[in-house]
Amino acid sequence: MPETTCIEGVAAPLLIDNLDTDQIMPKQFLRTITKDGLDKGVLFDLRFHPDGSTKPDFVLNRPEYMNAKILVGGPNFGCGSSREHAVWGLQQLGIEAIIASSFGEIFFSNALNNRLLLIVLEPDKISLLLEELAMNDHHLRIDLETMQVRCGSYVFGFALGERHKKMIVQGLDMVGATLQLLPQIEAFEKKYEAAYGWAKVLPSVGNSHGNTN
Amino acid sequence: MSPRTLYRKLVDSHTVAQLDQQHVLLYADLHIMNEYTSPQAFSSLREKNRTVLRPQLQLAVVSHIIPTHPVSVANRVILDPASALQASNLKRNSREFGIKLFDTNHEEQGIEHIIAPEHGWIRPGMVVLCGDSHTTTYGALGALGFGVGTSEVEHILATQTLVYRLAQDMRIKVDGALPAGTSVKDLVLLIIARIGAQGARGYAVEFCGTTIVGLSAEARMTLCNMAVEAGARAALIRPDQITYDYIRQRAHALDTEKFQQALGDWQQLYSDEDAVFDAEHVFAAQEVAPFVTWGTSPDQAIVVNELTPDPSQAVGQHAGATIAQALQYMGLPAAAPILGLPIDRVFIGSCTNGRIEDLRIAAGMIKGRKVASTVRAMVVPGSGEVRRQAEQEGLADIFIAAGFEWRQPGCSMCLAMNDDVLAPGERCASTTNRNFEGRQGRGGRTHLMSPAMAAAAAITGCISDVRTLENQHA
Repeated sequence: MPETTCIEGVAAPLLIDNLDTDQIMPKQFLRTITKDGLDKGVLFDLRFHPDGSTKPDFVLNRPEYMNAKILVGGPNFGCGSSREHAVWGLQQLGIEAIIASSFGEIFFSNALNNRLLLIVLEPDKISLLLEELAMNDHHLRIDLETMQVRCGSYVFGFALGERHKKMIVQGLDMVGATLQLLPQIEAFEKKYEAAYGWAKVLPSVGNSHGNTN
Repeated sequence: MSPRTLYRKLVDSHTVAQLDQQHVLLYADLHIMNEYTSPQAFSSLREKNRTVLRPQLQLAVVSHIIPTHPVSVANRVILDPASALQASNLKRNSREFGIKLFDTNHEEQGIEHIIAPEHGWIRPGMVVLCGDSHTTTYGALGALGFGVGTSEVEHILATQTLVYRLAQDMRIKVDGALPAGTSVKDLVLLIIARIGAQGARGYAVEFCGTTIVGLSAEARMTLCNMAVEAGARAALIRPDQITYDYIRQRAHALDTEKFQQALGDWQQLYSDEDAVFDAEHVFAAQEVAPFVTWGTSPDQAIVVNELTPDPSQAVGQHAGATIAQALQYMGLPAAAPILGLPIDRVFIGSCTNGRIEDLRIAAGMIKGRKVASTVRAMVVPGSGEVRRQAEQEGLADIFIAAGFEWRQPGCSMCLAMNDDVLAPGERCASTTNRNFEGRQGRGGRTHLMSPAMAAAAAITGCISDVRTLENQHA
């Protein structure tokens, strides 16, 4: 997996408080068993009229933001449902990073697991950033080596735990890494089962008619 | 050992390894999966030639896409081809990896968060994970439950563990008796309105106080279910006799000896007296009144006889714009009453309020009355068992006589992934957990409220104060 050390491009403001994952990826796009084609569904009701035509005023439809790689969002970005489709769809639309003052918890993990970079900045820094973006062709640069967001004359540091940094920069196979710990997991299970035998005695599922169409 | 919170005890007893200061490898006692957040996890497992490590600790449920038409169970056919493929795909995955499945036409079928506690899968002290944000429900029984994404579903399937970011501890204490005409749904809407949609973000919340102790196991589930709407990573309630009794009646897989052993463990599940919480909120039950959401986030709630907010009076940078946008979407004026607002639809159901107690409350309000002619009202029981029980108790007859549609169990119009959907502009009195834009259907307008309030709205055809309606009835 190629390393990601820098994300650079157009940043679009999407300043909606509590932008939930139902809005980021509406339910009608969840009737799928693959990850394909989710770019169509991203922010669907914000991007399109009910008749399917494009809403020209919506930020991501405006010419200056057409190829946005970065979003600047409102607080609690990605709250609500656990649907990872929201992250997959944003990435398929070309989004590589989101800057906001806070993120929904499950969305945060989903994003990192897919190498979508989430950057937390204080609200006053976000305000300054937005002013600066307007004067600099909406262009900014995120440097993962120095952990800085650069825009015009502003340089803002941001924090990312070692584990998360490694996930974004190198792209970890998380399952593979944990499978290395399998002996430890099995040893834990043995000890756990001896202590809490009742936890392993689970019900059966009887009476299934089993005729799914 | 230094004093620990209940949350910390649960994490400690399930920690396989400390990965760094913020992360542990957390062992799962049970993983529940559904048809729409698991398919890509199974595909990825196959691609990498991996398998399910502990199939016996997995449970699969078809719940979000299933149609709820009032027909006999054996005839439940999913007509939408994409949804039918999701159901058959979950069945294929379950069969191939030896996972237990509540299939489309299983007689106990229903919503994952209703079925699992109902059949004794959830017990105090467990860690239960599921690709659904309302997994916080299980905290009502003293289990650490929370939602995960599809990548994490894959991780759990392959390793029975999760790379878990530790939460902070929050305590929410509520004392006193809930006033007449109110229920735990009103309490949780008050809490979310007060602390905000991100008020508990990053926290595991322990609910305590005399009000909480006085709640039934089912009411506790409603409370913990909606904790995620304040951003909580998990919710917890200390297990007590109410919890033990609830489980004793349902966990038939545990024989007497195992149950006694379990009881000994469960009695250790409490926050030590000196345990430190990172944040604390205190509420008095007497502050609770019938709440209704006016906006598009669960924290945008008011008491039914209050006025909608005025964006021009709002404080904070984006607050005014946020209020204005929500009012516009909801088709409501600023600073206006919400009482008397005509509604088109009523939905009673969901993993928040689709349990037998909820149906009893709603039926109690409806008995001897009729649904207003302008309203289409639906009851969707949370599971096959809830439906059967409601029929045995005569609740179904009350709903049907009043003009409600008595439907098959499922998630239905909570997230509207099946064909139960609001039309654009339709206004719905809903017992669900989310009033997000488009949640119940594009352009649909959702007002969250309690089962009693939704029942009252069905009868009067508008948002009504259940307290005045109850007085009339007396």
